[in-house]
Amino acid sequence: MTSLTAILCRFAALAGFAAAGLALSPALALAQEAPDALVKRVSQEVLQIVRTDPLVQAGNEARIHEVIEVKLLPNFDFVRMTSLAMGRNWRTATPEQQQRLTQEFRTLLVRTYSGALNQYRNETVDYKPLRASPGDTEVVVRTAVAKPGATPVPIDYSMEKKADGWKAYDVAVAGVSLVTNYRDEFNAQIQAGGIDGLLKTLAAKNKGVAAK
Amino acid sequence: MNAALRAAVRTVAVVAATALFAGCATTGSKVDPLEPMNRAMFEVHEVVDGNVMRPIAQAYVDYVPELLRLGVSNFYSNIDDFFSGINGLLQGKLEKAGDDFGRVVVNSLFGLGGIFDPASDIGIERGNEDFGQTFTYWGLPVGPYLFVPLFGPSTVVDASGDLVRIVWGPVGSIPYVPLRNSLYGLGYVNLRAAALGASSIVDTAALDRYLFIRNSYLQRRRYLVYDGKPPPEPEEE
Repeated sequence: MTSLTAILCRFAALAGFAAAGLALSPALALAQEAPDALVKRVSQEVLQIVRTDPLVQAGNEARIHEVIEVKLLPNFDFVRMTSLAMGRNWRTATPEQQQRLTQEFRTLLVRTYSGALNQYRNETVDYKPLRASPGDTEVVVRTAVAKPGATPVPIDYSMEKKADGWKAYDVAVAGVSLVTNYRDEFNAQIQAGGIDGLLKTLAAKNKGVAAK
Repeated sequence: MNAALRAAVRTVAVVAATALFAGCATTGSKVDPLEPMNRAMFEVHEVVDGNVMRPIAQAYVDYVPELLRLGVSNFYSNIDDFFSGINGLLQGKLEKAGDDFGRVVVNSLFGLGGIFDPASDIGIERGNEDFGQTFTYWGLPVGPYLFVPLFGPSTVVDASGDLVRIVWGPVGSIPYVPLRNSLYGLGYVNLRAAALGASSIVDTAALDRYLFIRNSYLQRRRYLVYDGKPPPEPEEE
Protein backbone atom coordinates (compact mmCIF):
# COMPACT_ATOMS: atom_id res chain seq x y z
CA MET A 1 0.00 0.00 0.00
CA THR A 2 2.69 2.42 0.97
CA SER A 3 4.50 1.82 -2.25
CA LEU A 4 1.40 2.68 -4.24
CA THR A 5 0.96 5.92 -2.28
CA ALA A 6 4.60 6.73 -2.85
CA ILE A 7 4.23 6.20 -6.57
CA LEU A 8 1.09 8.34 -6.66
CA CYS A 9 2.84 11.08 -4.69
CA ARG A 10 5.83 11.04 -6.98
CA PHE A 11 3.54 11.09 -9.97
CA ALA A 12 1.69 14.12 -8.58
CA ALA A 13 4.97 15.86 -7.86
CA LEU A 14 6.23 15.20 -11.40
CA ALA A 15 2.97 16.39 -12.90
CA GLY A 16 3.24 19.53 -10.84
CA PHE A 17 6.80 20.14 -12.05
CA ALA A 18 5.75 19.53 -15.62
CA ALA A 19 2.90 22.02 -15.33
CA ALA A 20 5.16 24.61 -13.76
CA GLY A 21 7.71 24.00 -16.50
CA LEU A 22 5.11 24.51 -19.21
CA ALA A 23 3.96 27.75 -17.64
CA LEU A 24 7.52 29.00 -17.43
CA SER A 25 8.75 27.93 -20.86
CA PRO A 26 7.33 30.84 -22.93
CA ALA A 27 9.16 33.29 -20.70
CA LEU A 28 12.35 31.24 -20.95
CA ALA A 29 11.97 30.97 -24.70
CA LEU A 30 11.82 34.74 -25.04
CA ALA A 31 14.80 35.25 -22.81
CA GLN A 32 17.30 32.74 -24.15
CA GLU A 33 16.05 30.46 -26.89
CA ALA A 34 19.08 28.70 -28.37
CA PRO A 35 19.63 29.20 -32.12
CA ASP A 36 18.97 25.56 -33.02
CA ALA A 37 15.86 25.48 -30.85
CA LEU A 38 14.67 28.66 -32.57
CA VAL A 39 15.16 27.21 -36.05
CA LYS A 40 13.37 24.03 -35.01
CA ARG A 41 10.42 25.82 -33.43
CA VAL A 42 9.91 28.26 -36.31
CA SER A 43 10.27 25.67 -39.06
CA GLN A 44 7.90 23.27 -37.29
CA GLU A 45 5.35 26.04 -36.85
CA VAL A 46 5.57 27.03 -40.50
CA LEU A 47 5.42 23.43 -41.75
CA GLN A 48 2.40 22.82 -39.54
CA ILE A 49 0.64 25.81 -41.09
CA VAL A 50 1.58 24.75 -44.61
CA ARG A 51 0.18 21.27 -43.98
CA THR A 52 -3.05 22.29 -42.32
CA ASP A 53 -4.03 25.81 -43.44
CA PRO A 54 -6.50 25.52 -46.31
CA LEU A 55 -5.78 29.09 -47.49
CA VAL A 56 -2.05 28.43 -47.76
CA GLN A 57 -2.71 25.15 -49.56
CA ALA A 58 -4.99 26.95 -52.00
CA GLY A 59 -2.14 29.35 -52.74
CA ASN A 60 -3.80 32.42 -51.21
CA GLU A 61 -1.08 35.06 -51.56
CA ALA A 62 -2.28 37.36 -48.80
CA ARG A 63 -2.35 34.52 -46.28
CA ILE A 64 1.07 33.20 -47.36
CA HIS A 65 2.57 36.67 -47.01
CA GLU A 66 1.02 36.99 -43.57
CA VAL A 67 2.54 33.69 -42.45
CA ILE A 68 5.95 34.76 -43.70
CA GLU A 69 5.69 38.23 -42.16
CA VAL A 70 4.56 36.99 -38.77
CA LYS A 71 6.47 33.72 -38.42
CA LEU A 72 9.66 34.00 -40.44
CA LEU A 73 10.73 37.61 -40.90
CA PRO A 74 11.16 38.60 -37.23
CA ASN A 75 13.96 36.02 -37.11
CA PHE A 76 16.01 37.56 -39.92
CA ASP A 77 18.50 40.39 -39.80
CA PHE A 78 17.82 42.07 -43.12
CA VAL A 79 20.25 44.92 -42.62
CA ARG A 80 23.16 42.54 -42.18
CA MET A 81 21.90 40.36 -45.02
CA THR A 82 21.72 43.33 -47.38
CA SER A 83 25.08 44.72 -46.33
CA LEU A 84 26.72 41.32 -46.92
CA ALA A 85 25.11 41.00 -50.33
CA MET A 86 26.30 44.52 -51.17
CA GLY A 87 29.87 43.72 -50.10
CA ARG A 88 32.22 46.68 -50.43
CA ASN A 89 29.48 48.70 -52.17
CA TRP A 90 27.55 48.98 -48.90
CA ARG A 91 29.88 51.65 -47.52
CA THR A 92 29.50 53.82 -50.60
CA ALA A 93 25.70 53.89 -50.23
CA THR A 94 24.05 56.75 -48.31
CA PRO A 95 22.05 55.84 -45.20
CA GLU A 96 18.88 56.54 -47.16
CA GLN A 97 19.99 54.24 -49.99
CA GLN A 98 20.94 51.58 -47.46
CA GLN A 99 17.49 51.73 -45.97
CA ARG A 100 15.75 51.48 -49.33
CA LEU A 101 18.05 48.65 -50.42
CA THR A 102 17.23 46.70 -47.27
CA GLN A 103 13.51 47.25 -47.82
CA GLU A 104 13.57 46.15 -51.48
CA PHE A 105 15.78 43.14 -50.75
CA ARG A 106 13.42 42.12 -47.97
CA THR A 107 10.44 42.35 -50.33
CA LEU A 108 12.24 40.29 -52.96
CA LEU A 109 13.03 37.57 -50.44
CA VAL A 110 9.44 37.50 -49.17
CA ARG A 111 8.22 36.98 -52.73
CA THR A 112 10.76 34.23 -53.32
CA TYR A 113 9.81 32.51 -50.09
CA SER A 114 6.11 32.77 -50.94
CA GLY A 115 6.71 30.90 -54.17
CA ALA A 116 8.81 28.28 -52.42
CA LEU A 117 6.36 27.75 -49.57
CA ASN A 118 3.69 26.65 -52.03
CA GLN A 119 5.82 23.70 -53.05
CA TYR A 120 6.02 22.20 -49.58
CA ARG A 121 3.68 19.37 -48.58
CA ASN A 122 5.12 16.11 -47.29
CA GLU A 123 8.52 17.41 -46.29
CA THR A 124 10.12 16.53 -43.00
CA VAL A 125 13.03 18.38 -41.44
CA ASP A 126 16.02 16.68 -39.86
CA TYR A 127 17.87 18.88 -37.36
CA LYS A 128 21.61 18.31 -37.07
CA PRO A 129 23.28 18.66 -33.68
CA LEU A 130 24.59 22.18 -33.13
CA ARG A 131 28.36 22.50 -33.00
CA ALA A 132 29.02 25.61 -30.92
CA SER A 133 30.52 26.73 -27.62
CA PRO A 134 28.38 28.48 -25.01
CA GLY A 135 30.04 31.86 -25.60
CA ASP A 136 29.60 31.88 -29.39
CA THR A 137 27.74 34.79 -30.95
CA GLU A 138 27.88 33.36 -34.49
CA VAL A 139 26.68 29.85 -35.35
CA VAL A 140 25.51 27.81 -38.31
CA VAL A 141 22.37 25.78 -37.68
CA ARG A 142 22.26 22.79 -40.01
CA THR A 143 19.09 21.07 -41.16
CA ALA A 144 18.11 18.73 -43.97
CA VAL A 145 14.73 18.78 -45.64
CA ALA A 146 13.58 15.38 -46.83
CA LYS A 147 10.75 14.40 -49.11
CA PRO A 148 9.71 10.85 -49.98
CA GLY A 149 11.63 9.68 -53.03
CA ALA A 150 14.17 12.49 -53.11
CA THR A 151 17.64 13.07 -51.72
CA PRO A 152 17.47 15.24 -48.56
CA VAL A 153 18.36 18.88 -49.25
CA PRO A 154 20.65 20.49 -46.66
CA ILE A 155 19.50 23.93 -45.53
CA ASP A 156 21.92 25.84 -43.30
CA TYR A 157 21.18 29.05 -41.42
CA SER A 158 24.00 31.43 -40.50
CA MET A 159 22.92 33.15 -37.29
CA GLU A 160 24.13 35.93 -35.05
CA LYS A 161 23.25 36.59 -31.43
CA LYS A 162 21.60 39.99 -31.07
CA ALA A 163 20.11 41.82 -28.10
CA ASP A 164 16.62 40.52 -28.98
CA GLY A 165 17.61 36.94 -29.76
CA TRP A 166 19.32 34.99 -32.53
CA LYS A 167 18.79 36.29 -36.07
CA ALA A 168 19.58 34.59 -39.37
CA TYR A 169 21.63 36.62 -41.85
CA ASP A 170 22.21 33.99 -44.53
CA VAL A 171 20.57 30.80 -45.73
CA ALA A 172 22.39 28.19 -47.78
CA VAL A 173 20.30 25.71 -49.73
CA ALA A 174 22.25 22.63 -50.90
CA GLY A 175 25.44 24.62 -50.48
CA VAL A 176 24.20 27.66 -52.38
CA SER A 177 24.34 30.73 -50.17
CA LEU A 178 21.71 33.33 -50.79
CA VAL A 179 23.96 36.21 -49.84
CA THR A 180 26.84 35.01 -52.01
CA ASN A 181 24.50 34.50 -54.93
CA TYR A 182 23.15 38.01 -54.75
CA ARG A 183 26.59 39.57 -54.28
CA ASP A 184 27.50 39.06 -57.94
CA GLU A 185 24.08 40.11 -59.11
CA PHE A 186 24.18 43.31 -57.06
CA ASN A 187 27.72 44.03 -58.18
CA ALA A 188 26.80 43.67 -61.85
CA GLN A 189 23.83 46.03 -61.42
CA ILE A 190 25.95 48.58 -59.59
CA GLN A 191 28.66 48.47 -62.23
CA ALA A 192 26.06 49.08 -64.91
CA GLY A 193 23.98 51.80 -63.25
CA GLY A 194 25.32 52.62 -59.80
CA ILE A 195 23.46 52.04 -56.57
CA ASP A 196 20.43 53.89 -57.91
CA GLY A 197 20.44 51.55 -60.88
CA LEU A 198 20.35 48.56 -58.53
CA LEU A 199 17.53 50.16 -56.55
CA LYS A 200 15.57 50.75 -59.74
CA THR A 201 16.06 47.12 -60.86
CA LEU A 202 15.01 45.78 -57.46
CA ALA A 203 11.91 47.96 -57.35
CA ALA A 204 10.91 47.00 -60.89
CA LYS A 205 11.48 43.34 -60.13
CA ASN A 206 9.32 43.53 -57.00
CA LYS A 207 6.53 45.29 -58.88
CA GLY A 208 6.73 42.94 -61.85
CA VAL A 209 6.47 39.85 -59.69
CA ALA A 210 3.60 41.43 -57.79
CA ALA A 211 1.73 42.03 -61.02
CA LYS A 212 2.13 38.43 -62.14
CA MET B 1 30.56 4.66 -81.25
CA ASN B 2 26.94 5.48 -81.63
CA ALA B 3 25.32 8.50 -83.22
CA ALA B 4 24.38 10.23 -79.98
CA LEU B 5 27.92 9.94 -78.72
CA ARG B 6 29.38 11.24 -81.95
CA ALA B 7 26.98 14.17 -81.81
CA ALA B 8 28.00 14.88 -78.22
CA VAL B 9 31.70 14.75 -79.09
CA ARG B 10 31.09 17.06 -82.02
CA THR B 11 29.20 19.49 -79.78
CA VAL B 12 32.01 19.59 -77.26
CA ALA B 13 34.61 20.00 -80.00
CA VAL B 14 32.66 22.94 -81.40
CA VAL B 15 32.23 24.45 -77.94
CA ALA B 16 35.93 24.02 -77.20
CA ALA B 17 36.93 25.57 -80.51
CA THR B 18 34.55 28.47 -80.02
CA ALA B 19 35.90 28.83 -76.51
CA LEU B 20 39.43 29.20 -77.86
CA PHE B 21 38.42 31.98 -80.21
CA ALA B 22 36.10 33.68 -77.77
CA GLY B 23 38.91 33.56 -75.24
CA CYS B 24 40.85 36.04 -77.38
CA ALA B 25 38.28 38.77 -76.85
CA THR B 26 37.21 38.15 -73.31
CA THR B 27 35.28 40.62 -71.20
CA GLY B 28 33.82 38.27 -68.59
CA SER B 29 34.95 37.67 -65.04
CA LYS B 30 37.61 35.26 -63.81
CA VAL B 31 35.20 32.35 -63.46
CA ASP B 32 33.39 33.16 -66.68
CA PRO B 33 35.84 34.44 -69.29
CA LEU B 34 33.48 33.25 -72.04
CA GLU B 35 30.53 35.24 -70.75
CA PRO B 36 29.53 36.79 -74.11
CA MET B 37 29.39 33.40 -75.80
CA ASN B 38 27.73 31.77 -72.79
CA ARG B 39 25.07 34.46 -72.69
CA ALA B 40 24.30 33.85 -76.36
CA MET B 41 24.02 30.11 -75.67
CA PHE B 42 21.81 30.88 -72.69
CA GLU B 43 19.45 32.93 -74.90
CA VAL B 44 19.18 30.00 -77.32
CA HIS B 45 18.52 27.67 -74.42
CA GLU B 46 15.83 29.91 -72.90
CA VAL B 47 13.90 29.96 -76.17
CA VAL B 48 14.08 26.21 -76.79
CA ASP B 49 13.57 25.28 -73.16
CA GLY B 50 10.73 27.72 -72.60
CA ASN B 51 8.85 26.64 -75.71
CA VAL B 52 9.57 22.93 -75.85
CA MET B 53 11.35 21.29 -72.91
CA ARG B 54 9.69 23.08 -70.01
CA PRO B 55 6.14 22.52 -71.35
CA ILE B 56 6.91 18.85 -71.99
CA ALA B 57 8.27 18.46 -68.46
CA GLN B 58 5.24 20.29 -67.06
CA ALA B 59 2.86 18.04 -68.99
CA TYR B 60 4.76 15.02 -67.70
CA VAL B 61 4.22 16.22 -64.12
CA ASP B 62 0.58 17.13 -64.78
CA TYR B 63 -0.51 13.96 -66.55
CA VAL B 64 1.74 11.12 -65.42
CA PRO B 65 0.79 9.72 -61.99
CA GLU B 66 3.25 10.53 -59.24
CA LEU B 67 3.93 6.88 -58.43
CA LEU B 68 4.97 6.19 -62.00
CA ARG B 69 7.21 9.27 -62.08
CA LEU B 70 8.78 8.17 -58.83
CA GLY B 71 9.56 4.79 -60.42
CA VAL B 72 11.16 6.48 -63.42
CA SER B 73 13.18 8.76 -61.18
CA ASN B 74 14.33 5.80 -59.06
CA PHE B 75 15.32 3.85 -62.16
CA TYR B 76 17.69 6.59 -63.34
CA SER B 77 18.91 7.28 -59.80
CA ASN B 78 19.95 3.66 -59.57
CA ILE B 79 22.27 4.16 -62.56
CA ASP B 80 23.54 7.38 -61.00
CA ASP B 81 24.24 5.52 -57.76
CA PHE B 82 26.40 3.04 -59.64
CA PHE B 83 28.48 5.86 -61.11
CA SER B 84 28.58 7.61 -57.77
CA GLY B 85 30.14 4.41 -56.43
CA ILE B 86 32.71 4.30 -59.25
CA ASN B 87 33.65 7.91 -58.54
CA GLY B 88 33.79 7.30 -54.82
CA LEU B 89 36.35 4.57 -55.56
CA LEU B 90 38.30 6.84 -57.92
CA GLN B 91 38.58 9.38 -55.09
CA GLY B 92 39.45 6.77 -52.49
CA LYS B 93 36.22 7.38 -50.54
CA LEU B 94 35.70 3.71 -49.85
CA GLU B 95 32.93 3.97 -47.30
CA LYS B 96 30.82 6.20 -49.54
CA ALA B 97 31.49 3.94 -52.51
CA GLY B 98 30.42 0.96 -50.41
CA ASP B 99 27.13 2.67 -49.60
CA ASP B 100 26.54 3.49 -53.27
CA PHE B 101 27.24 -0.05 -54.48
CA GLY B 102 25.19 -1.41 -51.61
CA ARG B 103 22.29 0.75 -52.76
CA VAL B 104 22.63 -0.50 -56.34
CA VAL B 105 22.62 -4.14 -55.20
CA VAL B 106 19.66 -3.69 -52.84
CA ASN B 107 17.60 -1.61 -55.27
CA SER B 108 18.35 -3.74 -58.32
CA LEU B 109 17.54 -7.01 -56.56
CA PHE B 110 14.72 -6.00 -54.22
CA GLY B 111 13.51 -2.86 -55.98
CA LEU B 112 12.62 -4.47 -59.33
CA GLY B 113 15.70 -3.28 -61.18
CA GLY B 114 15.81 0.07 -59.42
CA ILE B 115 12.17 1.12 -59.89
CA PHE B 116 11.74 1.11 -56.13
CA ASP B 117 14.20 2.45 -53.59
CA PRO B 118 14.18 0.06 -50.60
CA ALA B 119 17.81 1.09 -49.87
CA SER B 120 16.63 4.52 -48.71
CA ASP B 121 13.97 2.87 -46.56
CA ILE B 122 16.61 0.89 -44.72
CA GLY B 123 18.69 4.04 -44.32
CA ILE B 124 21.51 3.78 -46.87
CA GLU B 125 21.97 7.38 -47.95
CA ARG B 126 22.39 8.37 -51.58
CA GLY B 127 25.81 9.59 -52.67
CA ASN B 128 26.36 12.23 -55.31
CA GLU B 129 29.85 11.73 -56.69
CA ASP B 130 30.42 12.17 -60.41
CA PHE B 131 33.31 12.35 -62.88
CA GLY B 132 33.47 16.15 -62.81
CA GLN B 133 34.07 15.99 -59.05
CA THR B 134 36.61 13.20 -59.45
CA PHE B 135 38.63 15.16 -62.01
CA THR B 136 38.54 18.24 -59.76
CA TYR B 137 39.50 16.11 -56.77
CA TRP B 138 42.48 14.83 -58.76
CA GLY B 139 43.60 18.43 -59.21
CA LEU B 140 42.47 19.16 -62.74
CA PRO B 141 41.52 22.82 -63.17
CA VAL B 142 37.78 23.53 -63.22
CA GLY B 143 38.25 25.64 -66.33
CA PRO B 144 35.92 28.30 -67.67
CA TYR B 145 32.20 28.20 -66.97
CA LEU B 146 30.15 26.92 -69.90
CA PHE B 147 26.49 27.21 -70.65
CA VAL B 148 25.44 24.44 -73.03
CA PRO B 149 21.94 24.77 -74.53
CA LEU B 150 19.61 21.98 -73.33
CA PHE B 151 22.26 20.69 -70.91
CA GLY B 152 22.46 23.82 -68.82
CA PRO B 153 25.25 25.18 -66.67
CA SER B 154 28.61 23.41 -66.65
CA THR B 155 32.34 23.95 -66.63
CA VAL B 156 35.03 22.48 -68.83
CA VAL B 157 35.83 19.86 -66.23
CA ASP B 158 32.19 18.99 -65.53
CA ALA B 159 31.35 18.79 -69.24
CA SER B 160 34.29 16.39 -69.68
CA GLY B 161 32.94 14.36 -66.78
CA ASP B 162 29.51 14.22 -68.37
CA LEU B 163 31.05 13.00 -71.61
CA VAL B 164 32.80 10.15 -69.85
CA ARG B 165 29.50 9.31 -68.20
CA ILE B 166 27.68 9.24 -71.56
CA VAL B 167 30.38 7.04 -73.10
CA TRP B 168 30.27 4.59 -70.19
CA GLY B 169 26.55 4.82 -69.46
CA PRO B 170 24.58 1.59 -69.77
CA VAL B 171 21.85 3.24 -71.85
CA GLY B 172 24.31 4.02 -74.65
CA SER B 173 25.18 0.35 -75.05
CA ILE B 174 21.58 -0.68 -75.80
CA PRO B 175 21.69 -1.88 -79.42
CA TYR B 176 17.99 -1.34 -80.14
CA VAL B 177 18.01 2.32 -81.19
CA PRO B 178 14.35 3.27 -80.56
CA LEU B 179 14.54 1.89 -77.02
CA ARG B 180 17.88 3.59 -76.40
CA ASN B 181 16.61 6.96 -77.62
CA SER B 182 13.37 6.60 -75.64
CA LEU B 183 15.41 6.00 -72.50
CA TYR B 184 17.55 9.06 -73.24
CA GLY B 185 14.40 11.11 -73.82
CA LEU B 186 12.64 9.90 -70.70
CA GLY B 187 15.79 10.52 -68.68
CA TYR B 188 15.90 14.07 -69.96
CA VAL B 189 12.24 14.74 -69.13
CA ASN B 190 12.75 13.19 -65.70
CA LEU B 191 15.65 15.57 -64.97
CA ARG B 192 13.88 18.60 -66.39
CA ALA B 193 10.72 17.84 -64.41
CA ALA B 194 12.76 17.60 -61.22
CA ALA B 195 14.08 21.11 -61.89
CA LEU B 196 10.66 22.72 -62.50
CA GLY B 197 10.32 23.92 -58.91
CA ALA B 198 13.79 25.40 -58.99
CA SER B 199 13.14 27.20 -62.27
CA SER B 200 10.04 28.89 -60.90
CA ILE B 201 12.03 30.06 -57.87
CA VAL B 202 14.75 31.43 -60.13
CA ASP B 203 12.07 33.31 -62.09
CA THR B 204 11.05 35.11 -58.91
CA ALA B 205 14.40 35.52 -57.24
CA ALA B 206 16.82 36.45 -60.01
CA LEU B 207 17.59 39.99 -61.14
CA ASP B 208 19.59 38.46 -63.97
CA ARG B 209 18.70 34.82 -64.62
CA TYR B 210 22.01 34.10 -66.34
CA LEU B 211 24.07 35.31 -63.37
CA PHE B 212 21.79 33.69 -60.81
CA ILE B 213 22.05 30.28 -62.46
CA ARG B 214 25.80 30.60 -63.01
CA ASN B 215 26.51 31.55 -59.41
CA SER B 216 24.22 28.89 -57.99
CA TYR B 217 25.83 26.25 -60.17
CA LEU B 218 29.41 27.20 -59.29
CA GLN B 219 28.61 27.40 -55.57
CA ARG B 220 26.86 24.05 -55.69
CA ARG B 221 29.72 22.33 -57.50
CA ARG B 222 32.27 23.72 -55.06
CA TYR B 223 30.13 22.46 -52.19
CA LEU B 224 29.95 18.99 -53.76
CA VAL B 225 33.67 18.77 -54.51
CA TYR B 226 34.40 19.53 -50.85
CA ASP B 227 31.71 17.05 -49.71
CA GLY B 228 29.61 19.75 -48.11
CA LYS B 229 32.46 21.46 -46.25
CA PRO B 230 33.94 24.04 -48.61
CA PRO B 231 36.61 26.34 -47.17
CA PRO B 232 35.51 29.98 -46.96
CA GLU B 233 35.72 31.66 -50.33
CA PRO B 234 38.42 34.31 -50.71
CA GLU B 235 36.84 37.79 -50.71
CA GLU B 236 37.00 39.31 -54.17
CA GLU B 237 38.25 42.80 -54.05
